Amino acid sequence: MTADWIAFGLLAVIATVTAVMMILSHHAVYSALYLVLNFATIAVFYLLLDAPFIAMVQITVYAGAIMVLFLFVIMLLGMERVETTPSLPYQAPIAIGLGFALFLLLGYGLITSGGSTGAALSALTGSGFGSPTAIGELLFDRYLIPFEVTSVLLLVAMVGAILLTGKKRRLRQ
Amino acid sequence: MNVPTEYVIGLTGLLFTLGVVGVLVRRNAIVIFMAIELMLNSANLAFITFARAQENLSGQIFVFFVIAVAAAEVAVGLALIVAIFRARNSIDVDEVASMHG
Repeated sequence: MTADWIAFGLLAVIATVTAVMMILSHHAVYSALYLVLNFATIAVFYLLLDAPFIAMVQITVYAGAIMVLFLFVIMLLGMERVETTPSLPYQAPIAIGLGFALFLLLGYGLITSGGSTGAALSALTGSGFGSPTAIGELLFDRYLIPFEVTSVLLLVAMVGAILLTGKKRRLRQ
Repeated sequence: MNVPTEYVIGLTGLLFTLGVVGVLVRRNAIVIFMAIELMLNSANLAFITFARAQENLSGQIFVFFVIAVAAAEVAVGLALIVAIFRARNSIDVDEVASMHG
């Protein structure tokens, strides 16, 4: 019981601090690296919440592929620091105030929503919850059509990315 | 993890709020994009938590699809940022605010 609380507290602090540092870093590369740490922390959360397959997907796809793409574009454009003076006066205090209001509303909704018992998560009844086998059986059985549509979506995204970054002359002709 | 569901959901709310503040405060388009990814991740964590609480694998399948859609979104979004940078020589969202090509 206490070990779980310590793990949760530690991970929650790391996730929050890395998210804050991502926003505060003035160097975009540092922001990306803090976000990688945040994604890794959330992957550990997935492991603790009995989702090992999703945790591995999170590491390979999010912390691996997507963040490498981000770092590549940051370094390609050389746009590590582009912050200028704010266009709106008091933009940051207003944004933080609105964010705090949103957080209070989320907390209010969480507290007043029904079914909040405050009880700890019960032990799993069956074995193999969240395993690659269980996920695969569900994915290729009940969710087969969404899975195939996702492959088409990825293909469209690839074609779109190539067209957008291709030579302008080739587009016009 | 023997922690009540509400605490994990509270953490996802905090992470989502930080993502919103990041979008509002920063003006580097790439950092704004990263803050959007942070919001997506907090929603994913909520899905996983509820899937564990209900012992229903459909939540994990949905997270799988969200990750696939996020990968497609990042590919197109970063391509758009590169295209805007070529046209305007800047990715500051204040300087590229007008739709005029």
